[in-house]
Amino acid sequence: MKFTWFNLMPWPYLPDDFREKHHSVWVDLPSSLYDPVRGHDVYNTYLDQLEYAETLGYDGIGVNEHHANAYGLMPSPNIMAATLSRRTKKAALVVLGNSIALYNPPVRVAEEFAMLDVLSGGRLVAGFPVGTSMDTNYVYGTVPALTREKYAEAHELIMRAWAEDEPFAFNGRYTKLRYVNCWPKPIQKPHPPIFIPGGGSVETYDFCIENTYTYSYLSFTGYLRAKKLMDGYWERVSKANVDQSPYRAGFAQTICVGETDQEAERLYAEHVNYFYNRCLHVFPGFADAPGYRTIKTLQAQVLSQLTRASLENLATLTWKDLVEGGHVIAGSPATVRDRMKDLIKGLRVGNIFCLMHVGNMPDEKTRHSTKLFAEQVMPHLRDMWPDFAEDDRFWIHPMSKQASARKSKMPAEVA
Amino acid sequence: MDSKLIDVAEGRAKIRVYSGGNGQTMLFLHGAGGFLKDDPFLKALMSKYRVYAPLLPGYEDSEGADRLRDMLDVTLHSYDVMDALGLEKPIVVGHSMGGMIAAEMAAVAPRQIDRLALIAPAGLWIDKLPLPDIFAKLPFELPALLFHDVEFGTKLMTAGQNFDDMEFLNDFMIMNAKRLGMAGKLLFPIPDRGLADRLYRVRARTLVIWGDNDRLIPKDYGEAFKRQIKGSELVIVPKAGHLVGHEQPDAVLKALAKLG
Repeated sequence: MKFTWFNLMPWPYLPDDFREKHHSVWVDLPSSLYDPVRGHDVYNTYLDQLEYAETLGYDGIGVNEHHANAYGLMPSPNIMAATLSRRTKKAALVVLGNSIALYNPPVRVAEEFAMLDVLSGGRLVAGFPVGTSMDTNYVYGTVPALTREKYAEAHELIMRAWAEDEPFAFNGRYTKLRYVNCWPKPIQKPHPPIFIPGGGSVETYDFCIENTYTYSYLSFTGYLRAKKLMDGYWERVSKANVDQSPYRAGFAQTICVGETDQEAERLYAEHVNYFYNRCLHVFPGFADAPGYRTIKTLQAQVLSQLTRASLENLATLTWKDLVEGGHVIAGSPATVRDRMKDLIKGLRVGNIFCLMHVGNMPDEKTRHSTKLFAEQVMPHLRDMWPDFAEDDRFWIHPMSKQASARKSKMPAEVA
Repeated sequence: MDSKLIDVAEGRAKIRVYSGGNGQTMLFLHGAGGFLKDDPFLKALMSKYRVYAPLLPGYEDSEGADRLRDMLDVTLHSYDVMDALGLEKPIVVGHSMGGMIAAEMAAVAPRQIDRLALIAPAGLWIDKLPLPDIFAKLPFELPALLFHDVEFGTKLMTAGQNFDDMEFLNDFMIMNAKRLGMAGKLLFPIPDRGLADRLYRVRARTLVIWGDNDRLIPKDYGEAFKRQIKGSELVIVPKAGHLVGHEQPDAVLKALAKLG
């Protein structure tokens, strides 16, 4: 099993009446709610937590990309990954990822990801999301019905930029370049492992299977609700006649560990409530720009997930509802162990993105939960997939010896 | 009203065309919402003209949207439709997005169009008067943007059904995704594809028609069109919103008569 400690980097100071006063947590919320001076501490605390997770033995540390979003303060995940690359040594840098349809030219992603792979000595996991409609269409202005075509072209360009050893010309519909020439190139060959966040479209399942990429389902609604979607993925894997390695799949899960079930509730309930109530207050008119999803996906999918009623439902969920409904896996180490086993077996996943900083959770509580999980849960889950222990296709291949960040010496020390 | 599927551009698109009425030939280009069931404005036009009203790919069962990616694609497609229908110098009328397309047609090939009516057309952007984002509206919010008489408009759009009914809503959302998915190629995120730079080329006798109470594209935009198209005339229709032809069909017909 591979565990990646993930921080969404939410803004922890949304007012109590946020839902009543504001239209949406994403796209059109006023930036006056953000305070850059407090933001300085917020960023640094979150980065410290990611580094702390490495010291506890998490396999990866994860960042992602959102725009105009108060629960995801990383418009540029690559900047975060770059700071982490210098202060960590072992953990995979899981960048989930760069919304490749947004970069002009997309070679920029090939270059920056290569930089990160070189900086980190081959520890990059490269995520290529299509990007949510909120980010990609509403905030970054990509025409919804052209998003997927643009994405496919960007993917082709990036993979070729990494693969080719000579400059080449690329005559795409959206990008025309006479000289594609990626300097630097990534350390990992033929390329860093690639994770594709998906939300249930068959096209994305097949894309991952064909390219041997990891399909990652990033949901906040937990493992019980994810069963149907992941079953659909595995069905597609069977049909494609490839192996059933669990490392073909990943799942994001909110996890809160306390010494006891009671302690977990006492420590974490208010922060879980902050996240599911305030942070997920997304205006449904931004959820799905017309043309962003394929009609096939729309017809197959539960539109009700995107209705206002269902989003409002989230807000009224109590700790008990959220824990019983599996949105959140919470409790004592023993409780969390059992539920994690259900998740891992039930969804057949080799990658867990552990969402352990939740909403406005303070640093000490975040570290408490993170440590308990690392010491008392993770070791019991390590060997859930013994038949695939040797499968290294979906994870990083770092250099054996990594350079260290040296401290500058003061003149006196030189003398 | 007749309705049939026709091949366009040697089968590159297959589109539905509504036609009917007697009189001078008119090509009518619909707005982003397409046509309503038994569309009352279309019927009104057919009471005076021989109307051909093609549906863009993505609307109802018209196919071929994938190859239409930008304004030029759609403009040329519209000429292909005229060819497929064998229309010679029809009166070209467009509403909203259709008005934007009609204006582009007249600007790109000014000798092809002699008479042009733009009804609350999209296509311009005035920084001081930003338009509401129709791509971020929930279905129940639309009538208030589109109609002067919101109650009348809601009834017209839902045809007696209800936006709270899950099944109706699901169907509406899928149709809407197809329609606005196509429309987004011209209108998202800002409905400006450079038309202002090309309007000087329009030679057609041009009528600009606007609802006095248009809350989607305010009538100031009508002034802008009038200013930028030489010799054009602006007619403001009272007690009408963006769907001016649906709310005041007689007033619109009366205005169109000015084109001769």
